[in-house]
Amino acid sequence: MHWPIDIIVLTFVIFCAIAALSVQDLLGTAILFGAYSFLMCLLWTIMGAVDVAFTEASVGAGVSTVFFVAAIFRTSRRTKD
Amino acid sequence: MRILAFIVVCLTGAFLLYGTSEFPDWGDPNAPASLHVAGYYIEKTYEETAVIFTAGIGCFLLLRDFRGKKEHYYHHIPTGVILHIKDEKKSLTVGKEFGYMDKEWVPPDLINKNICRILIPFIQINALYVLAHGDYSPGGGFQGGVIFGSSLILLSISYDLKTLVKRVKERLLGIFAALGVLIYAGTGALCLIIGGNFLDYGKLAPLLPGHSDHIRAYGMLVVEIGVGIAVMAVMTIIYINIVSEGRHDEGL
Repeated sequence: MHWPIDIIVLTFVIFCAIAALSVQDLLGTAILFGAYSFLMCLLWTIMGAVDVAFTEASVGAGVSTVFFVAAIFRTSRRTKD
Repeated sequence: MRILAFIVVCLTGAFLLYGTSEFPDWGDPNAPASLHVAGYYIEKTYEETAVIFTAGIGCFLLLRDFRGKKEHYYHHIPTGVILHIKDEKKSLTVGKEFGYMDKEWVPPDLINKNICRILIPFIQINALYVLAHGDYSPGGGFQGGVIFGSSLILLSISYDLKTLVKRVKERLLGIFAALGVLIYAGTGALCLIIGGNFLDYGKLAPLLPGHSDHIRAYGMLVVEIGVGIAVMAVMTIIYINIVSEGRHDEGL
């Protein structure tokens, strides 16, 4: 049987997005955003846009997660809402 | 109110999904994305260099704090005693006897430190590979620069910020960011002076020996190297400024 892998990855992307919005701990949100970016990178690869996937993996999953963690390190870890 | 917002979001999503049924086929050469957007990105994508450079300068101007810290912490290496000096004028020389100590920072884990020490050279070689092969395979100056910059950030995370700041000076990073933009814009302007369009590398052929197609490829490589240097420096500048609140002394 042929697995519709793009549907599966897309489901994970939506789960990651909803979880990142609902989690109270901002560090957890940063890590969920990293997972979201990595799954988006897989999705771009499935669609054949390898260059975009490369940028998403290096910028989205790599550097921007580190920037989020650095910003949380200097501000507060709890969200007010 | 939340339920109302949820219903609105669901309705919007449903409308968007309904709208996608009239989209052109995926990869259709006559689709608007292929006709207009792709051409725009091929011609205008190098403006991202200016955006990146502006981001680095903006982060520096907003966050950099030249006032020194009022309190200093040191630890005495043979005994492990921690010293807290409240007088901002006094400071101890750091060497074999006294070492730096941060208020918020914990000593690096042995496993993390050694694994990162082994990994960082390979990450940097991967970044150079991505940069050098960017003109005919996925990757390029932007991605290579980001990977190189994140290897420096990994050094700062696995050891501490002082190690990074000691090895890579702030002045050097600033010079690199400006130099990258200069290489990129200078190559483009050279083509403009000779009589072509901006970044029309083929026009450089009379200046250099070789076939004009080769010169075009080399011109592309030089521009990619410029973008890579600028992005590498700017990513490191942004990280250092965010994590140390602009003081460049202690941080993650």
